[in-house]
Amino acid sequence: MLSEPRAMAKHIEPGMRVALPVDYAGVSMAMTRPIIEHGAGDLDLVCVPTGGLQVDQLIGAGLVRTVETSAVSLGEAGGAPRFNAAVKEGAVRLKDATCPAIHAGLVAAQKGSPFMPLRGLIGTDLLRHRDDWRVIDNPLADGGDPIVLIPAIKPDVTIFHVPMADRFGNVWIGRRRELAAMAYASHTVFVTVERIVEENLLADEMSAAGVLPALYVTAVARAPKGAWPYGLWGEYPADSAEIARYAKAARTADGFSAYMAQAQMEPA
Amino acid sequence: MADVLPREVLICTIARLLDGVRHVAVGASSPIPAAGAMLLRAMKEADGTVGPRISILGSVEHNFFTNGSAELFDCAGQGRIDAFFLGGGQIDGLGNVNLVGTGDYPRSSVRWPGSFGSAYLYFVVPRVILFREEHTPRVFVEKVDFISAPGVSPEGVFRSGGPVALLTGKGLFRFDKTRPGFELESVHPGHDLAEIKQATGFQFAHDAEPRQTQLPDRPTLDLLRGRVFDELAETYPEFAAQMRRELGAVDA
Repeated sequence: MLSEPRAMAKHIEPGMRVALPVDYAGVSMAMTRPIIEHGAGDLDLVCVPTGGLQVDQLIGAGLVRTVETSAVSLGEAGGAPRFNAAVKEGAVRLKDATCPAIHAGLVAAQKGSPFMPLRGLIGTDLLRHRDDWRVIDNPLADGGDPIVLIPAIKPDVTIFHVPMADRFGNVWIGRRRELAAMAYASHTVFVTVERIVEENLLADEMSAAGVLPALYVTAVARAPKGAWPYGLWGEYPADSAEIARYAKAARTADGFSAYMAQAQMEPA
Repeated sequence: MADVLPREVLICTIARLLDGVRHVAVGASSPIPAAGAMLLRAMKEADGTVGPRISILGSVEHNFFTNGSAELFDCAGQGRIDAFFLGGGQIDGLGNVNLVGTGDYPRSSVRWPGSFGSAYLYFVVPRVILFREEHTPRVFVEKVDFISAPGVSPEGVFRSGGPVALLTGKGLFRFDKTRPGFELESVHPGHDLAEIKQATGFQFAHDAEPRQTQLPDRPTLDLLRGRVFDELAETYPEFAAQMRRELGAVDA
């Protein structure tokens, strides 16, 4: 169960559906470079529910076929430059969504159900461009009442970063419950952590409530400052200067390549 | 004592628009809506009543959720969130909002981040306030290029929420969902109807001589410049510092 980032990245195969968390929930930036070095392409990314730096870098590296997301941006550093360029060139297929639709698809998978109904969406161009979403009349109403069905989202792989795991593979996710939703829905789950603790996290009721049990975890690797330049809840803030540096560098394909080639990728 | 700054007018207008809400949610980088909500809370507490609960997304201090990023939407779906703010790269006269991009989708000529939760929250939050400081014809268009979230829905479509107002750097509009369309309610100091017409790409109803946006009274300004900017600085330190610098400059 204990692994290291490069070994985990080798399990990613071309054409896999990969789920990645929102920037504040615990992004495993430590896995980004190993994934790019491994080079499996045609990935279908699922951003839960939005994407940022990691998604932009995987797109910039040419590994992405589809992006299913509610948004991609670098937050205060502005738009995601490689994502925006790929959209303009038509280099990635977009599955534009809205946040609760991504959550609904994961919940359907978690329950082993084919879909989840979701309010809203009717009359949007999101719905018009999604041939995988369906509208039915609520079968429990007296008539009418259209509602959208969101098919289950079943990622092949989920990847995220959290403060700690124990040596049994139990992972501390605190109140970031979307990480659990992703794991429940996924076939394979790779987690990087700041540290691995000796005691069993399930032994104490206080910590057990915030634990994703090893049952759902494929492998764990230690990666100190593994979310950098993103921050990690309860641990360290985002390095906004570094994110801004990336945003500027990645405006061109050459600038992106130069940035990615630098040793600066490792935590300062 | 300083005059009222344009952004103070916006903050105080937001506080008025939020009057009566129990729970307001504010997006991650929205210091002016957050300040408006905090001002309303401070005013209510100064009156000895209970102010609104404020959830600021992405903030640890002002966020009560323990069920991940899905909880906000679950909360809204049950009617537990009374008010929310939406911006938009484009907003049209029917209250449609575009957060995706300009030109032909999917190969947008300008791509914005995406729709976020708008395609859901606009349907289920009763009091959605459209807020965009930039008031230009490129933002306020006749018809949006992409509908992230529609201003109105046909009869029979479940809809417990929607837009009530549009606040810009130049004025305040009310949304009338029966027409549907916007009506200019007031003009901020330093602006006029002709200028607003020129800067707005859609038709809107208005009085021949629209009134000026209500300015805050002394006690409200004191609350804003004291307690509210202090609270705001915890989540938006740069914005609070900038407001205080501008006030200092006007004073000096």
